[in-house]
Amino acid sequence: MPIRVGLFVTCLVDLFRPSVGLAAAKLLEEAGCLVEAPALQTCCGQPAYNSGDRKTAQAIARQVIDLFEGFDHVVAPSGSCAGMLRAHFPELLADDPRYAARAAALAAKSHELIGFLVDILGRERVEASFEGKVTYHDSCSGLRELGVKAQPRRLLRSVEGLELKELPGAEICCGFGGTFCIKYPEISDRLVSEKAEDIEKTGAATLLAGDLGCLLNMAGKLGRRGAKVKARHVAEVLAGMADGPAIGEGSK
Amino acid sequence: MLGSTPLEFKDEAKLALADANLQKALAGMDDTFVAWRASAVERLPEFEALRDAAKGIKDHALANLDFYLERFAGNVEAGGGKVHWCADADAARAAVLAICRRVGARTVTKGKTMIGEEIAINEHLEANGITPVETDLGEYIIQLRHETPSHLIAPAIHLTVEQVGETFREAHRDLDPQRPLVDPGDMLTEARVKLRKSFLAADVGITGANFLIAETGSTVIVTNEGNGDLTQILPRVHIVIASIEKIVPTLNDASTILRVLARSATGQEMSVYTTFSTGPRRPGDLDGPEEFHVVLLDNGRTALLGTEFADMLRCIRCGACLDHCPVYQKVGGHAYGWVYSGPMGAVLTPGLIGIEKATPLPNASTFCGRCESVCPMRIPLPKMLRHWREREFERHLTPSRYRAGMALWGFLARHPRLYRLGSGLAGRFLGALGRRRGAFRSLPLAGGWTAYRDMPAPEGPSFQQLWAKRRR
Repeated sequence: MPIRVGLFVTCLVDLFRPSVGLAAAKLLEEAGCLVEAPALQTCCGQPAYNSGDRKTAQAIARQVIDLFEGFDHVVAPSGSCAGMLRAHFPELLADDPRYAARAAALAAKSHELIGFLVDILGRERVEASFEGKVTYHDSCSGLRELGVKAQPRRLLRSVEGLELKELPGAEICCGFGGTFCIKYPEISDRLVSEKAEDIEKTGAATLLAGDLGCLLNMAGKLGRRGAKVKARHVAEVLAGMADGPAIGEGSK
Repeated sequence: MLGSTPLEFKDEAKLALADANLQKALAGMDDTFVAWRASAVERLPEFEALRDAAKGIKDHALANLDFYLERFAGNVEAGGGKVHWCADADAARAAVLAICRRVGARTVTKGKTMIGEEIAINEHLEANGITPVETDLGEYIIQLRHETPSHLIAPAIHLTVEQVGETFREAHRDLDPQRPLVDPGDMLTEARVKLRKSFLAADVGITGANFLIAETGSTVIVTNEGNGDLTQILPRVHIVIASIEKIVPTLNDASTILRVLARSATGQEMSVYTTFSTGPRRPGDLDGPEEFHVVLLDNGRTALLGTEFADMLRCIRCGACLDHCPVYQKVGGHAYGWVYSGPMGAVLTPGLIGIEKATPLPNASTFCGRCESVCPMRIPLPKMLRHWREREFERHLTPSRYRAGMALWGFLARHPRLYRLGSGLAGRFLGALGRRRGAFRSLPLAGGWTAYRDMPAPEGPSFQQLWAKRRR
């Protein structure tokens, strides 16, 4: 029996960068999973949760549980959204007699994509090639809530032609922070400006990361600075689907 | 900026970002405090286990706070000291002033104390004709500049060495104008010359406390300059001002927490001086004060017990969360507008002065989680910041435009069919508009974003549209 995976696409990937979702599906299928992406999924609820709107966050969490609890695993191409399902749903629904146990059960089988491929499925390499020097930013939630650090590097090492140049300060926040970048745009700008400088200094042609929120922020800043560095989700490169325009790049 | 309040955080943060001196002073915290801590932690394999032990000690002490406080007070009094129970800042100020007046104090030396800041004791003493002299180098510098500390353990971290040199030359007119004031060592020597006189002249010495030890009635301070010892030993009267959550049951407990404190704060294994004070001078003692007072302050702390903010009372004021916070690193401590800053300040300040007076602070976090990952007492700071946001949301303290936007989004997120239609349309519309350039330089309703960075354009069709096509 193949492993049935529910792909939690995430709202940002659905709207901004569907190719990340397709790349995730490809990686999972290559690893032998049966992938479904329920059509009625929306969001993990973080915008409400982190804005203090607990009721809305709870309603969305129940909705996600209803939709995804039948799968063997739930996988998201985002440490932030996977962290929401895994680390925060149980707390959010702890006092809900109908959902507390179900939230805990869902949390136990929810994963960030790359961590899932390496830690759960035991993948050690991918069949892909990507010419050039890349650098990698560790997004905060994936890193600190889920321990995603070695896994993407491990798989990137197997990509033919790819050279990874580590980013100094890779574990420091890019300044996105969900609604933070709207509430405190000046502070957010300073953080992402310094991040962009560090990225440019590596001399890498491509920036990779595992979270689209951070990537939109960094790609947007790199673009505004006129930097030549392109930004992509790590799944695009690992799936060998990095031939289209990069994030924020125009089509010629 | 001096005199601002937490409500002005956003404007103060903007000023801070534009302050070249401040930016120079704060630059490189990752190469100093952050790197020092990391190296100290690496040298101690049992550090993570010590964090658990330290947390356990404080949790136990807080769960039995009344018992241990009474035990502490009983032991202080048995040793000939006096305990002053103070419900709020007014009571604590009055207690300190009454002691100073009774002994006819004119000069008071002070060791570093954040509780002193919390009750604004210097201002109160000055208003009553008593001269307080800060003896910690950083505190001394900012006292000369009429500023407040901007960091728990590095109160003058917001200043460059050049600024400190200027401050000294201005204040110390009687000293040789040719003397070098280039590195921190010069500054320390310079301050020592001045402070020696104050140490000898002081009638009362005021210190804070890192710990109150119930089993012995001792108070403990840690310092690196030795100023604390001179502050509490030389004057006739020693007043300790401390908040109630500093209590630990035993000397052993204090030693356990000391092992995580200095490592988290400065990367030292131990601070240079760890000083235990147990009552006034006894017959036969070579030194020590004639009177020993402990001013115990609540100031809103017991009200946090039993709430979702109780974990905050484990805080030992090491400053690691400030050092590691990307927001603090950019705006410094003064922008927070009250005594405490950084993540711990953003949690504690609303707890002590009321959320309605501190609404911007819990939002001044990207939830990157770096603070929680280094907190020696394992305080879940992001979680508590989120709880404050919930209080703000419940009490309609969130800006109405923001609430309206979130409500619309929340409605769509709970109506999947509508959501799917919307995201499909938005993707196609914005995708078509932005396809050629790939990103927008400005976008209606996203000005906060596009003022500083481009908004990458959607690829076009939504994932769900492509996925449905693939299925067919």
